[in-house]
Order: sequence, then structure tokens, then C-alpha cells
Amino acid sequence: MSTTDIQYPGSEEEIARIVLEASEARRPIEVRGGGTRLDLGRPVQSSSVLSVARLSGITNYDPSELVMAARAGTPLAEIEAALAQNNQMLTFEPMDHRPLLAASGEPTIGGVFAGNVSGPRRISAGAARDNLLGVRFVNGSGEIVKSGGRVMKNVTGLDLVKLMAGSWGTLGVLSEVIFKVLPRPETAVTIAVSGLNDAEAAEAMAAALAMSVEVSGAAHLPESVINKFAGGSLKGGPATVLRLEGLTPSVEVRTGRLVAEMSRRGTISVLEGDVSAGLWRDIRDVTPFADGTSKPVWKVSVAPSAGHQLVAALRLKTGVDAFYDWQGGLVWLRMEADSEADLVRQYLKALGGGHATLVRADAATRASVPVFEPQPKPLEALARRIKDQFDPAGVLNPGRMTVGM
Amino acid sequence: MSELIAFLEPDRAVIDRRPAIIADLAGLLPDSCLITEERELVPFDTDAFVSYRRMPLAVVLPETTAQVAAVLKYCNDNAIPVIPRGAGTSLSGGAIPQEDAIVIGVSKLNRILEVDFPNRAAVVQAGVTNISISQAVDADGFFYAPDPSSQLACTIGGNIGMNSGGAHCLKYGVTTNNLLGVKMVMFDGSIVEIGGKALDAAGYDLLGLICGSEGQLGIVTEATVRLIAKPEGARPVLFGFESSVAAGACVTDIIGAGIIPVAIEFMDKPAIEICEAFAHAGYPMDVEALLIVEVEGSDAEMDAMLERIIEIARKHGVKTIKESQSATEAALIWKGRKSAFGATGRIADYICMDGTVPLGQLSHVLEKTSEIIDRYGLRVANVFHAGDGNMHPLILFDANDPEESLKAEMAGNDILKLCVDAGGCLTGEHGVGIEKRDLMRHQYSDADLAQQMRVRAAFDPKWILNPSKVFPLDRRNGSQPGNQSAAGDDRTAA
Repeated sequence: MSTTDIQYPGSEEEIARIVLEASEARRPIEVRGGGTRLDLGRPVQSSSVLSVARLSGITNYDPSELVMAARAGTPLAEIEAALAQNNQMLTFEPMDHRPLLAASGEPTIGGVFAGNVSGPRRISAGAARDNLLGVRFVNGSGEIVKSGGRVMKNVTGLDLVKLMAGSWGTLGVLSEVIFKVLPRPETAVTIAVSGLNDAEAAEAMAAALAMSVEVSGAAHLPESVINKFAGGSLKGGPATVLRLEGLTPSVEVRTGRLVAEMSRRGTISVLEGDVSAGLWRDIRDVTPFADGTSKPVWKVSVAPSAGHQLVAALRLKTGVDAFYDWQGGLVWLRMEADSEADLVRQYLKALGGGHATLVRADAATRASVPVFEPQPKPLEALARRIKDQFDPAGVLNPGRMTVGM
Repeated sequence: MSELIAFLEPDRAVIDRRPAIIADLAGLLPDSCLITEERELVPFDTDAFVSYRRMPLAVVLPETTAQVAAVLKYCNDNAIPVIPRGAGTSLSGGAIPQEDAIVIGVSKLNRILEVDFPNRAAVVQAGVTNISISQAVDADGFFYAPDPSSQLACTIGGNIGMNSGGAHCLKYGVTTNNLLGVKMVMFDGSIVEIGGKALDAAGYDLLGLICGSEGQLGIVTEATVRLIAKPEGARPVLFGFESSVAAGACVTDIIGAGIIPVAIEFMDKPAIEICEAFAHAGYPMDVEALLIVEVEGSDAEMDAMLERIIEIARKHGVKTIKESQSATEAALIWKGRKSAFGATGRIADYICMDGTVPLGQLSHVLEKTSEIIDRYGLRVANVFHAGDGNMHPLILFDANDPEESLKAEMAGNDILKLCVDAGGCLTGEHGVGIEKRDLMRHQYSDADLAQQMRVRAAFDPKWILNPSKVFPLDRRNGSQPGNQSAAGDDRTAA
């Protein structure tokens, strides 16, 4: 598609006008931000594109209020730079999908929230949705709607903010987002426990999270992928990595306690500074599977202690590589050949449930295999009714999440 | 007494069918779960928003999800309004019934079904009290984080309905951030399960939508909640200031310096006096404003953090600093704070506001609040969660004086509008209920409200669930009973 087919509204009113026209003509539009996650989700059947990339700029930021507001098309890089200047950050560590999807472009803050894109700190600081305080959006009828606001506690009316997070542009076109920001931790260190198998690692991570040391990242990196992390600096087989962050004296105390507990389980090394930061960036961005191929990659959300069981079961049936984040509750799977969607989802169900998203696959696969976990009938019916209430003409990103929705 | 807030006109046809409805209900659940005697219905005629009362048609207290489903299906089939109820501690009238409604209370659904430490989750029935979750996992070093002041009584079902917060949500978040899954009965009696022990659920974030929906989307009968490892220790410290402005500026600087204590609570002089007289917590009596700052961790960690906080407080001319020296003292400090509402109730009638404002607006809003209160010739005690801008002015009045009661409500409305105009919202954690329903249009445009009402209708097409709450009664959406205009037309009068 040539760029002339893309509309770049510069204001909320312009978005509203474009969407209204589309809805009256029942002409589907593909909604996007920076376009770095276009290959995530089902291909949208649409000949016209609406990009919010030119609706850009931070609209409100007073660091002492721990809140920032920005237009949806603001580049994530601009947001992060402004926060860094004030020694603050997005605490949910949004993943950059570009390496994994071999995509180019600039991720936007709207895209981050539309995809509910989170990272390793999700276990302690919540997901993107937990940090989103307010939204302005244009619904499928071209109406400008706001929900939430710029305060941290708000129960005024139905929480449409949560609904917008992770709806991938199917309920509305985000025009502005307001979100929580937090001080950067003064110090961050990673305690790496080497030599644990997947099951032992799950136990070790559960033990660490049961301690009052405030682990802010808990991942297990099996031997097959270990050399892809932190520039290959982790030696000695598989590594279970635990991150501690906060005020320096506090991190020192907690490091001592965590090391004492974990040294009974394996060989300990402590990573600091750039090595530690780089390691968590690699975990966040799924670096080992950013291999330039289109081999299917799954993101599986499951009860933390069941993650390794899923992988063990799959290994008996098919070629799969895996590593774990979120205390084992987030499993990244790279399949050798077929996506094995039925197998993955069948085992997931047998292990007590969860959901699997096919984050990477070629377009043909994404058109034929449900990218997002199919919902039980009553919930899918409910989702359809909700979609109808936002986008009665079905023009916003139709089919991106579910066929016919 | 004249009432500022209206209820929906009760459906006479439903009321006239009362004997038949009661007979039908008796067929759906055991006698012990059905309350119909007027004397026994009285405790259900209001919640903690006691200025308004309505007797329900009947109350049912189901023992199983299936019974909830049977009653809800029956009510939907027969267009009978339903009022879901937890412990009835709502401060916004969220659980106040109406004459043509069946109350479905979850108090008999009070079992903790499963505690799963490796996955840091607990599965509980909706009628379990907030505190009992923490108590059940305490010995194993865990707790459930959201801690509303009513936590001894309030239920997890009610907490989900209102997305309850508490003093410690600055660090741990509110209910929505600690809820992993629910089992919920829909309007038609179907039962859905959303989420579970995994951190994120599939599809649209229905869990996030249900949390804080004030019983309008369904009735939650079970919840999976997140457990967190208890901190090694916690120490509340009292900081007394000569002015509210100095205390407010201190809060801003603590947070601006990158320090996020687990809680920062604010009390002004009237609040200090009321709470001290009740709890004897050792609050300083010679200051105008008090901050309770709580830090957590090992002794070394707490010392390090406190050192920095004290340094900042000194810059703001702190007059008194008092660290709790024992667990008993710490408990007393919190007892004083958490009993603020109850203690106030001993000296006067009060209504409690719940607006939230951006942190930078705290001083401005405090100042304007006293102006409003003066204008009405009333008294106010301020006690609130300063770290997140959630204000709780307690407006004191005499309920036996109809004129003063009305003034108190009007002053409250002015204060909430002030919060919205300062960039904040009507309610941070108590919910809209009936109390703030008619102010919703001050915060939201018609398009904003219409979108919310359409979503509501997707869950409850006949608007039988808690129908008098949250949304202004006029200009409701088309999907209300007796109103068949197209969804989305918000100009139709109800």
C-alpha cells in the first residue's frame, strides 16, 4: 500500500470526521499508531488506513504529580526521554515488538496502550492497563468520548479506560492517553541462580516472590537460549534471574537476604548496572526469538507454576524452544515449524486455563489460526455486544482480534 | 425530611405482585435464605449512606452460585429490579434498595475456597470479608493488599463492585489491580468465568470493566485475588505541621524526590482531635495538620527511607516527628486513622466526600473547601489519602435539623464540583451510588455517559441491576424498560 492511502489526522475532530464518514459508508478502516505491531493480530480487511502518528505531543506533565498526558501518536521514545530527564519512567516497561516482528517505525504511546503492552515489571507494577488513568477516543460512530482522568484513584462511572487498553483499536481510536509514571529506582541489581531446570526454577521463583524482598522481575532462561541474553555474559547453564530495585541501602539489604535463600538452590552471581539493565531489556523484547525468521512465536499467560508443565508437555509432541518471565506465568514459545495452535491451547486448558496469543506468524497463518485465545461462547457473545456498543457499523479494525468483530 | 436525591418511581405492578413473587422465590431457595418480614427487612433498608432509606420487596441470601443464578433469571424474566449487596458498608448509597426490588445479599457465600501460595492467589466466595483473606494467609507471610477502612466488615464482592481502595494503595494499587478473576452471574442467570490464576485474561478487559461497576453488570459470586508477600516490618511515623499548606507541600516533595512510601495520610486539626479522643493514638494536639507516613521493609531499609523523608519534612518546618516504637503503637496510629469516620459519627452526623484531585491541587482544594464550608456555616474535618490525592472531607451537621442536612448535601456537591474543576474526579474509591449520580454530568459529557450506558446495556438489557445508581435518571439510554428508542440516543427522558 502506498503512503497516499493513509490518512494522518492532526486533531481529534479530524479523526471524528474520518470515522463518521467511514461509519456512514460502512467502510472499514485500519487504525494504527506507529505501525510497529501491524503484524500482531489478524490481518485487517481494509483499504483505508487511519494513523494517529501526527497527533503527537505531551499535553500535561508535572513530575511531582506522577502523571503524564500525551496525544496518542506521541512516539514512545519522546515520552521516555521526557521522563528520563526527570528521573522517572513508565513502570510497566512496555515491550518493543520491532526486533521480534522485524518491524520498523516508531512505537507510539497510543499503540502501547491499545495493545496493553507490558514487560517484566508487570509482576510488581501491573500491566499497561493498570497504569492507564484516562483516555480520550473516537468511537465507531465518530463521537468523541472521554473516560477516567488524571488522578490515580477514580471510580467515577464504568471503567472504559480498562476496556480500551488491549482492545487493539477495535472499540475506538485513542486520541489522548493519561497514565501513571513513577520515579526510576535508584539502584537495580539482578541475582542470577544458575543450574536449575525449569521445574526447579519455578519453585525458586515462587520462593523468591514469597519473600518480603519485593522482586520486580522474575524470569527463567533455559540453557538453549541463555547465550542470547545480555550479550552472552551469563555462564554456567540455565539461569533463573531475579531483579531487586529501589533505594540503594534497601536493595543492599534485600540482596543479602535473597542471595542467602537462593544460594541453597544454585550458583549465584549478581549483575549490576548496564549488564542487569540489558538483560531485562532482552527479556522484555524476547531477544532470543528475534531471529529474523517468521517461525511462530506464542505468548502464553498461565498460572506461574504451570508454565513449565506446559512446555514439558509440548516438548514431547513438537519442536519448541521456550523461556519464562513473570515468575513463570508468561511463557514465550518459538515453534520449530507449525504453530500447533490446537495443541498449545488444549494443553493450556488441561493445565487450568490461561491464554495464548500468536504474537508472530506469517499472514496466512494469522488469517487461519485464531491469533488471540478464542473465548468461551457466552464471553464471546458479550464481547460482540460490547463491540456493537462502541462501533455499531463495525468499521474499526474489523477482524483484528476475532473473525467478524 | 426533604430529599435531594430521587429514586426511580417504584413499579406499582411489581409491588402489587409481592405475595406471588415471594412464593416464587420460596421455590428457588431454602426458607432460611429468604427474608420477607418487615422487621427483618429493616437492616437492609440502607447502607452506610444512612440519610436515604428504602424498604426492599424482599431479601434473598443465597448459599450457592446456582441460587444466585436462579433468582437473577427469575427477576430478569419478570422485570423485577435487583440490588446486589455485600456487607452494606457503601458510603455512596450503592446498596440502598427500592420498594420494588429484591436484594441479593452475598453474606452466606462466605468461604475461602482455595489458597495457592506458589501462584500467589486465593479463590474466595464473594461474601468473604476483606480482612479475613489477609488473616487466612498471614501465618504464611502473605496478605491481600487493598485495605478499605471498613475492612473488618466489607466483603470482597462489595470491594469488586466499588473497586475499593484503602490507605496502602499508593504502593499496592486498588481492587482492580489485585483482582485476577471472577465467577459472575449475568442478568439472565448464565454463569461466566473471567480470568483466573494467570496475570492477564484473554480478550477485552472485562475484569477491569466489572471491577467498580457498582453491581450493574452482574453479580460476582467468586473471586480470584492476588496475594502479596508481607513486608518484614512496617512503621508509621507522625509528622505534625503548622499549616495544611506546609503538609501538602511536604507530600509533593516526598513523591517528587522519588520516594513512594506505602501510605501518606493527611489529617487536619479537627480530624486529629476527633480521632485522638477516640483512639488515644498519641497524635500531636498542637499542630494544624498531621501526616501519617508509613514505610516498610527491614529495620535498615525503613531507617534509610525515613532519614530521607525526615530531611524533606524538616525543609517544610515540621514541628513534631513521632515514630512508632512498637507494633502496639503502630496499630494505635492506624486505629485512629481508620476509625476516623466512626469517631466522627460519635460527635456529629457527617457525610464523607471522596473526590480525588491531582497532587499539585491539594492545597488549593483544601483552601476552597473551607471557603465552601464557611459559606454554608458548617464544620469540616479533613482526613485523606494524600499520596494519591483522594480527599475525604467529613462535613459535620445535625441530621435532626432538616435545613442543615440539606446544606450539608449542597456543600458536599459544591466540593465535588470543585474537585472535578481542579482536574480531578467525583469519587476516588467510594463509588457514585446514588450520592454522586446527579453530579455525573459535571464530569462527563452526554456522549461520555451515553457510551457508558450503552456498555451497561450490553450486560443488562432491561436495566434490572441496581437501576437507580450511577447514571442520572433523566436522559438515560434507550435500553431501559419501557423505552424502546434506539441505543445511543441519550436525549430521551426516562
